[in-house]
Amino acid sequence: MGVKLLLEKAHVEGIRTYEVYRREGGYRAAEKALKTMSPDDVVEEVKKSGLRGRGGAGFPTGLKWSFLAKPEGIPRHLVCNADESEPGTFKDRYLMEYIPHLLIEGLIISSYALGSNNTYIYIRGEYAWIVDILEQAIQEAKNNGWLGKNILSTGFDCEIYVQRGAGAYICGEETALLESLEGKRGNPRIKPPFPAVQGLWNRPTVVNNVETLSAVVPIINITGEEYAKIGVGRSTGTKLISACGNINKPGVYEIDMTISVEEFIYSDEWCGGIKNGKRLKACIPGGSSVPILPANLLLKTAKGETRYMNYESLNDGGFVSGSMMGSGGFIVLDEDQCIVKHTATLAHFYRHESCGQCSPCREGTSWMDKIFQRLESGKGKMSDIDLLWHIQFNIDGNTICPLGDAAAWPVAAAIRHFRDEFEWHITHAEEAQKRNYGLAHYADPLPIVQ
Amino acid sequence: MAVQFSQEKMNKVQEIIARYPEGKQKSALLPVLHLAQEEFGGWLSVETMDYVASLLNLLPIEVYEVATFYTMYNTKPVGKYVFEVCQTGPCMIEGSHEIIDYIKEKLGIGVGETTQDGLFTLKTVECLGACGYAPMMQLGKHYKEHLTKEKIDAIIEECRKNATINN
Repeated sequence: MGVKLLLEKAHVEGIRTYEVYRREGGYRAAEKALKTMSPDDVVEEVKKSGLRGRGGAGFPTGLKWSFLAKPEGIPRHLVCNADESEPGTFKDRYLMEYIPHLLIEGLIISSYALGSNNTYIYIRGEYAWIVDILEQAIQEAKNNGWLGKNILSTGFDCEIYVQRGAGAYICGEETALLESLEGKRGNPRIKPPFPAVQGLWNRPTVVNNVETLSAVVPIINITGEEYAKIGVGRSTGTKLISACGNINKPGVYEIDMTISVEEFIYSDEWCGGIKNGKRLKACIPGGSSVPILPANLLLKTAKGETRYMNYESLNDGGFVSGSMMGSGGFIVLDEDQCIVKHTATLAHFYRHESCGQCSPCREGTSWMDKIFQRLESGKGKMSDIDLLWHIQFNIDGNTICPLGDAAAWPVAAAIRHFRDEFEWHITHAEEAQKRNYGLAHYADPLPIVQ
Repeated sequence: MAVQFSQEKMNKVQEIIARYPEGKQKSALLPVLHLAQEEFGGWLSVETMDYVASLLNLLPIEVYEVATFYTMYNTKPVGKYVFEVCQTGPCMIEGSHEIIDYIKEKLGIGVGETTQDGLFTLKTVECLGACGYAPMMQLGKHYKEHLTKEKIDAIIEECRKNATINN
């Protein structure tokens, strides 16, 4: 068993309640931070921990915090991004559902560090029942003196509010989230100015993911230095991975980023291998936006080295032969899955979720979706493959926010690694309606580790 | 039906507005629209949106543009029970299309349609964050996961029963 910092207590009976959470050592970190540390000490501790944003971008959290502008007389805000919407990702939901006080404690400490007296949790609208769970936890924390005025007699005031979104993937992008929190359409803002300078209501704002803010609790408890010793290189601490697709044990797992991808997929401690004894074909390791990898490049890098479940190793080979850790949404596809069909659902997803602000994304995602529908209905043309390639190329990097890139990458990677499957789809249009292409020759997996 | 929140709901609206700094009551728009949709028949008519605009001191267009941007707001009437079935990649792998087809057949409606008795609406939605428990759908406030045809039968049965009781 690896180290567990976030989910260690997640299955203790009644942990959702304040009493049990407190009994199990909860709010110790908040007490330590508020009573014995200055806000800058907390920021320093998070810097030392090497914690990186767990929402997908992997930006160092301490560094992000240090960018926060502190002009005299202007309130600052911390906003928690709970708009988890990246296909394949359901880890934040798990944290909030099972151990909501961990997030609340992380928010109290982080609000203290950043000087946020009014902190907001922006949660995707569909997680309606989790809003109740969080509001209950906030009320309990308040009743016990962890929120409100003059917390622990430190002079620090803090309130936490939960704001529900209403069904828009784009609101996971931090500036779109802020627009939405201001009661507007979720159109991302042009940066600069960055939220750290002009964020919510033009005030300095930090936006962090649920898992990131929850990780602040163990960092304060064990110190940043100790946290940094867990994991490997710049992938410090633990990461939640939500695994789904054709595996025996879908679910949310906490890993310490030293295990190999092969171990993660085949070990009974994690995914438990491929379902029904099938063979592994491909995997999207970090949420639908990151490049899909065929089994051979997933388990080993292009250089033939073992690939590990961490930021650097998953990115080994860049986008030519690697992928990304992303949000930790781990989607596994077996030999029966059709790459064209699966990518088609993603193309449809991004078309649906494009805010429509930038032409390359608005038009490009729509064109890609239409072309995929053509391929899926058996009317594809060979030139469609290059057409898709050109469209994704022209979206990538040419939009205000990363949704454009996120829409382009899955299509690019699918064509890059599975071009022959696309070609077969077109040349065998009728057959493709009835059966799958199966394992691509280059996706033939390594022997299964027992 | 006159569009007017009860005193209880008005208090809720005031409580929501109080979460934001003075003059930033526009931030209350999304939560208040959720509240309005729940209160006024599961969808947002122009009358409802205008009412929300007046409550928050906004121009009607500020409400319309938001209501039409977010997929959870219905700008057309829907059935009493809305089946929102996820069709994105991970759910597709686990057979969401078969589930959608089964619901269509069982209820005799297409995607985006409502049964004649006004009980059921079928919608397809994009990833709801339940990929490990696929296939799934949202029904009201909750998720129905690991869907099978049998489960769909049971859900429909239960909805019909509840509808009869409530009548």
